This record gives sequence, structure tokens and C-alpha cells, in this order.
Amino acid sequence: MRRERLINAALLLALLAVPLWAWAADEPFTITLATRVAILALAGVGLNIALGLGGLVSLGHAIFFGIGGYAMGILASHAQDHAPLLESPLLIEGTKSMPVIWLVAVIASALAALVIGVLSLRTSGVYFIMITLAFGQMFFFFAVSWPAYGGEDGLSIYVRNEFPGLNTLDPIQFFALCFALLAGALLLNARLARAPFGLALSAARQNEARVQSVGIDSFRLRLVAFTISGAITGLAGALFADLNRFVSPAMFSWQTSGEIMIFVILGGVGRLFGPVAGAALFILLEHFLGGLSEYWHVFLGLLLLGVVLFARGGLIGTLAGREVAHD
Amino acid sequence: MTEAAAPVLEIRNLCKSFGALRATDDLSLELRPGEIHALIGPNGAGKSTLIAQIAGALKPDSGTIRFLGRDVTGLGVVARARLGLGRTFQISALAMEHTVLQNAVLGAIGAGGGAYRFFVPALGMPALVARAREALERVGLEDLAAMRTAELSHGQRRQLEMAVALTLKPRAFLLDEPMAGLGADGSRKLTEFLDGLRREAPILLVEHDMDAVFALADRISVLVYGRIIATGSVDEIRAHPEVRRAYLGDGA
Ligand SMILES: Nc1ncnc2c1ncn2[C@@H]1O[C@H](COP(=O)(O)OP(=O)(O)O)[C@@H](O)[C@H]1O
Ligand SMILES: [Mg+2]
Repeated sequence: MRRERLINAALLLALLAVPLWAWAADEPFTITLATRVAILALAGVGLNIALGLGGLVSLGHAIFFGIGGYAMGILASHAQDHAPLLESPLLIEGTKSMPVIWLVAVIASALAALVIGVLSLRTSGVYFIMITLAFGQMFFFFAVSWPAYGGEDGLSIYVRNEFPGLNTLDPIQFFALCFALLAGALLLNARLARAPFGLALSAARQNEARVQSVGIDSFRLRLVAFTISGAITGLAGALFADLNRFVSPAMFSWQTSGEIMIFVILGGVGRLFGPVAGAALFILLEHFLGGLSEYWHVFLGLLLLGVVLFARGGLIGTLAGREVAHD
Repeated sequence: MTEAAAPVLEIRNLCKSFGALRATDDLSLELRPGEIHALIGPNGAGKSTLIAQIAGALKPDSGTIRFLGRDVTGLGVVARARLGLGRTFQISALAMEHTVLQNAVLGAIGAGGGAYRFFVPALGMPALVARAREALERVGLEDLAAMRTAELSHGQRRQLEMAVALTLKPRAFLLDEPMAGLGADGSRKLTEFLDGLRREAPILLVEHDMDAVFALADRISVLVYGRIIATGSVDEIRAHPEVRRAYLGDGA
């Protein structure tokens, strides 16, 4: 436990130190890489609550990532075109304000997770994987065939959205925002895992009959977990779209769901900092191997195979040893 | 244990078939306040199937189950547990990655209805931990509270099952072969414990260990092929000719 905490602290410090160094050295591209790590890690924290704590193997988390992305894209594009979203019965205008966009992203993805959860959480195993995958494809094709918001081509935003008191066009300031949100989500995850809710949820993953027989409804536990999980991944989606100033149906694709799952597994399923380690590894591999060869995904696949076969706890598990129960 | 007291659990004409197999065949049985009602019968007689139906994990084909005067036939496991049915499983059902204490705390969370607290550490809540530790103490597991459940011996897992059920302070216990694999010493301790437990809530006890059954039971029902062929006191069951033939084997 103590070793894992040290590793976690080191990871968090590194994620902070690298962009600060890059800022001092005037290397904005490195800051952008670190920002990508923070955002993907945030998406992974979301998935890890469902997958690691709840044992819910969702191949549909791109849905929430995409909803977050489109929440940003739609609100910001209406604001930049000065065209309200809705005029009657009430006026709804677009916005360039990040806090508002985040709120909309979180609520919309939480609602989607709630509905999808109600429809899918009665199943388990392969059926659950297939249902979440199918929902993902539905959202993907819906986004592709929705011309009002760019269809296949996606939506571009000319200027990054605003946050009160900050200059979000400055890479280091935007990174700071993403980092703060990631830290907040990690704190929430840590709290959740130790709270009665987390204890019951992870007990339901280990033995559902046990949880039911003490009078706790495992379906409801999972539904709440799935909703929280979707909301966090949705927030990450809004940030990701803001980072790229672009959103497209690719955010909804099953490859996106797969990538989030892959780096959570690489980092360590159910380990608090698994998504951070995994996202960092993923971005590093993409950056360095992707520069060497177009086929870097082959290496990623081999690495994943190695982790699944030989290092069940992922990177964090390999470094910190087996998980020790909290006390 | 007066005859007049209303039964805590009342099962009427329960039927359950798996295909052509009648696992529960027009079965009626009651559990009265203060009693240990033992359910014995050969392997495959349908004892676990009955327990599962009483607990709400398995839907009967027909018949009714009343608990505390209320028809619970249509209720699920969660609702029945909340009403006060505490069960242990024939094959231990525990969260193996969790510690012994965490498993007991889970019971306390269920009993308090507080699973939806998100920010306070469960092991930092004095009421939950006190309730869990008290239950662990009663079964003699207090020294192993910090151990991972996966590392417990078979017998210790059975004790933990019992402790989790105790945290619920149930109104009736359903115990499916709690002595299985305990060894002579463990069985004797558990027998002593159950003897006192009946004062807290009546116990429907499925058990193969005949010494324990004869020592503990106020009444015994004998189940064969899903049917109760006899119900009575220890002496009545010992003397019952059909029981001797069907189950105890004639020299018993
Ligand atoms: N889910 C099931 N599907 C089909 N048959 C079952 C099922 N559960 C139990 N049975 C059968 O019902 C009979 C009673 O089983 P069980 O209740 O486990 O017996 P006992 O606990 O008395 O040993 C057995 O023949 C068993 O094979
Ligand atoms: Mg059985």
C-alpha cells in the first residue's frame, strides 16, 4: 500500500513537472502531450470506476466521451455563429464558457449512462459487452448522419472556450485546468472506493449473491456506478474536444472505447492510478513508436497481450505488487 | 415455544420442478419463534433448493411463503433480506479479495441501509465497524479481522458466513449445512453457539451432521425427493419407521 502511494505520488508529480519544464523551455508541443495524458487519464478514471470497482466490462464508453465532445462542439459552434440552439418555447443560446459546457457534458453523459445502464445492466459477461458495443455503434452512426453538426466531417471550433480568470489559449493554463479536474476525479475515486458505496460495489463484483443477501440491490449499485463513470468520461470528452478544437464521430467509435479500455488495462484495472499510468504509457508509445512506424498498434497489442498474460495488475500492479485491502 | 405462537416462517404447498424433476413437491413447513427446526434428507433431496426459494433466489412454481405474517412469495432476495431473513450459503459466498472485517462491514452496511454513502470511509464509521467486530467476536474471528478472506481456511470461511448473517440481526436464520467441513472441534463449538442463537431468532437448519441435529433440534423435518415424509421431535423422528427405512438406515 505504502509503495503504491509513493508510485502514485511520483506519477502525479511527473505529470505536473514535465509540462512545467516544457513551459520553462518553451516547448508547447510537450505541454499538449501532457494535456492529452491528463484528459485521457480522466476518461480512464471514469471507465475504471465501472470496470475496476464494479467489474462492468463496458465497450461503450466512447458514447460518453463523444457526448461530452459534442456538448462542447454544439454549444460552442452555436456561440461562434451567434445562432441560438432553440428559440421557442424558450431561448437557449450557445456558450463559450467552459464551466457551463462541462456541466452540460456531465449531465448529458450521466443521463445517457443512466438510460443505457437501465437497459444493459441486467445482463452480464459477453452480453453486457455486446450491448454496450451496440449502443456505441448507434451513437456513432447517429453522429455520422447528423448533418446539422457536421456529419462525418465533424465540427470545428475556431477559438478555444473560455474559463473565468484564465487565458485558455495558453497551453500551460489549459493544462492546469485539465490537471485539476483529473486530480479532483482521482480524489473522488479514492473516496468512493473506500466509502460504503465502493465497498458494496466491489463486493458485488466479487460475489453478487453475498451483496444481495445482506439486503443491498446490486443492480442499483451498478447503475449508480455506471452513471458516475459515464459522467466522468463525458467530462473528459468535453476537454478532449476543447484541446483539439474539433469534434467528430470518431469520438464515438468503438476504437475509442477500445483504446480507453486498453490503457486502463495497461495501467492496472481497479488501481487508482492505473488510468494515469496507462494514459501516459499510451501517449508515449503513440508519440515515439508512432514516429518510427505506422504499425505502432502492433506493439501496443503485444504489450497488452503481455500485460494480460503476465502482469494482471498492469503497470501499477507490476511496480507496487498485489493490491492490499484498505484498512 | 408454545404451540399457539404465530410462526415466523410459514411455507404452504410449495412446488418447484426442474424439467421432470420435482425438487420441491407440495411442501409445507413452519418455523416457530425460538425453535431450531432441522431439515434433514439425503443428497439431492431438495434442501438447498428449498432454502433458495425461501430466501427469494429461486421462484417457486406454486405455493406461498409467509414471513412474519406477510406474504413474501413475490419478493426478491434483497427485499426479504431487508425484512429480516439472514442466510448462510452451502458454498461460502464471500468477497474473497476483501478482508474479513470488510465482509462483516458489508453486512452492517446492508443492515443499516446505508450503501449510498459516497465520501466517508466505511471502515471509518464507528457504528458499522462496531457492529461488524461484535459479530466477528461472536464467531471467534476477531483476531483475523485484517486478513484477506481468500486466505481463510474452509472452516473460517463458514464462521465468517455466520458472522455476516449475524450483523443483519435477522428475524430468522436460514443455515445451509453450516457444519460441513468444520471438523469435530469446530462442529462442537458451532453446536454450542447455535444452541444460544435460537433465543435471538429461530433457525431453519439444513444439516448432515446427525449428532448436531439431534443435540440441537426442537423439531426435525425429513425431506426425501422433494417431499417432507415426517416432521416431529428428535425422539419421534428417531422412532419413525419410514424415516429409519428411507434415511437413517435400519440399524440407526
Ligand atoms: N438449477 C437447477 N437446475 C436443475 N436441477 C437442479 C437445479 N438445482 C438443483 N437441481 C436438482 O434438484 C435436486 C435437489 O437439489 P438440492 O436442492 O441441491 O439438494 P440438496 O441440497 O438436498 O442436496 C437435485 O437433483 C439437483 O440436481
Ligand atoms: Mg444442498
